[in-house]
Amino acid sequence: MTKEGVIAALEQVTDPEIPVLSIGDLGIIRDVELWLEDGKDCINVIITPTYSGCPAMNVIATGIRMVLAGMNFKRVDITERLDPPWTTDLMTESGKEKLKAYGIAPPIRKSKVGLGLFEEDAVDCPRCGSQDTELVSGFGPTSCKSLYKCRSCKEPFEHFKCH
Amino acid sequence: MKNKLFYILEWADNTLILGQRLSEWCGHGPVLEQDIALTNIALDHLGCARNLYTYAAEIFNGMDAVDRSECFASVAFQRNVKEGHQADEDDLAFLRDAWDFRNVLLVEQPNTDWAYTVARAFLFDAFNYYYLTAMCNSVDERLAGIASKSLKEATYHLRWSSEWVIRLGDGTEESKTRIVEAIANLWPFTGELFTATEVDTFVEGLGVDFAALKPLWEQKVAEIFDEATLEVPTGVWMQSGGKTGTHSENLGFVLAEMQFMQRAYPNMEW
Ligand SMILES: [Zn+2]
Repeated sequence: MTKEGVIAALEQVTDPEIPVLSIGDLGIIRDVELWLEDGKDCINVIITPTYSGCPAMNVIATGIRMVLAGMNFKRVDITERLDPPWTTDLMTESGKEKLKAYGIAPPIRKSKVGLGLFEEDAVDCPRCGSQDTELVSGFGPTSCKSLYKCRSCKEPFEHFKCH
Repeated sequence: MKNKLFYILEWADNTLILGQRLSEWCGHGPVLEQDIALTNIALDHLGCARNLYTYAAEIFNGMDAVDRSECFASVAFQRNVKEGHQADEDDLAFLRDAWDFRNVLLVEQPNTDWAYTVARAFLFDAFNYYYLTAMCNSVDERLAGIASKSLKEATYHLRWSSEWVIRLGDGTEESKTRIVEAIANLWPFTGELFTATEVDTFVEGLGVDFAALKPLWEQKVAEIFDEATLEVPTGVWMQSGGKTGTHSENLGFVLAEMQFMQRAYPNMEW
């Protein structure tokens, strides 16, 4: 069993709220540790939560266990590591493409660049590509998203917030 | 170890109680977008509280039996200790009584109306932002990690509540009257944010210098109030007691609702 093999297998685990994104795309796998106990494989998957209270993390941990259950490990640990905190800068380019195809505008800004009061990200509409969009709410149906609407095609859409 | 435990609980109880207060708006927000904003913010606070309670429970379980029996007055907690149960995050949230809670009085104040909710959020968020910034340098790596995680979220919270203070203050005659009243009534609870208890002074390096946060907070409040055409209250007598377990009657109502299920049906799960 190799680390790369495990990470590739964990690509099957997706975000329950945004099923097109794997946990690899999201950048929440910090590390995978493998060792032997009595000649048998043991594993510790270190993950980092997106937001402190994100309820998806429990579902994701269960998803990881289910994948690993089919791989003959004697022991499976899943550890949370908070520091350094997760940021959307960790999201893969292919993850961003998948988000857009799914109808969610991907994060566009580096997380270190803050926004001033009443300032909003200029986000392109993921449906028609128009730049004529407006923020409806900085908070959306899940912690990681905000709500926009497109003035061109008139459709509302979600934006995966820069974090 | 007791001081470290209590220090963590001061922080954790602030976030749990404010999170619980904000979540009371769920389904009652003035518009859907703001209802969602409040529940999102409440969830961040709850997530921070969970991280802290998990750590606090580990510290508690590592203490000797005598110390453990002296930490909390609640009968439900005492019984668990006597029976040799290991405490967890849920026990700390659901089995302690009001006098075992160490949150500041500000966060337990009722929602009242939108202006009170916004004013309470802003006065706390401005404090929380600088508190978490300082906690990122804690000698305790686990606490520093929780702080750096929560700081990113607290930055959004402060932005949200600052914008609303400005909107209400520099809004209509009615919105201004209401936010002025809310600030006047909540102001006496802000002094406690910066007073160090005996617990706070015992955890040097691990905790923060509360007095040093005050000028930063004052500057932020002045900046936002100026933009909102609001006056900063002066010469107000300050309430205190929350950090040492002397609370207003409001906390009892918060806990009655929050703890009901665990008290009525101990160890129930869903
Ligand atoms: Zn469009």
